[in-house]
Amino acid sequence: MLSTAVYIAFGLVSTALLLSFWRLLLGPSKPDRILALDTLYVNTVALLVLLGIHLGSNLYFEAALLIAMIGFVGTVALSKFLTRGDIIE
Amino acid sequence: MMTTMLELLLCALILIGAGFTLIGSLGLLRLRDFYSRLHAPTKATTLGVGSLLIASAVFFSHRDEGLSLHEVLVTLFLFITAPVGAHLMAKAALHLRLNSLAKPPDEDLLEGARCDAEGADSRRE
Repeated sequence: MLSTAVYIAFGLVSTALLLSFWRLLLGPSKPDRILALDTLYVNTVALLVLLGIHLGSNLYFEAALLIAMIGFVGTVALSKFLTRGDIIE
Repeated sequence: MMTTMLELLLCALILIGAGFTLIGSLGLLRLRDFYSRLHAPTKATTLGVGSLLIASAVFFSHRDEGLSLHEVLVTLFLFITAPVGAHLMAKAALHLRLNSLAKPPDEDLLEGARCDAEGADSRRE
């Protein structure tokens, strides 16, 4: 039962990734694309956590944590660049 | 090995989490202006990932027979950074003067506030 639920969740999260990617391509304005990238990395964290449950391995949390941290830094840097025209002033 | 109740709880948490993640991305795609699009991923997706991480914490706590705290770290990090990121993106959008579909709050109230401000200015003079 658990593996079926995990497979269904894989499908749902992958669809979510595709939808965010579509917004990334579509996105009329620049903040839209930043938001789509932000959503993409949060979805990737979800996918990695699911993979960890599926394979029964603890290793994937380190990867999820790394992606979450670097994604956040990326979002902050891009938004900062749009507002100030510079990242580190 | 794994009791039925625990398995049911895990299935529910995983499906709810994945569903919320999908709803967040659907909102990102379907809503009509940037300020409303900002709501969907920062709230729904964060909640969905939080639910998935709780499911994972329960799963590994049961399997390894000890409290598993890796997930709490990821959850905490995501829940702290999501509002900060959203705030910065909203500031960037305001700076670029993106159009909003929503009308200004209430015309009468705005008019009243404007009159008050002018009154204050004339009094100062």
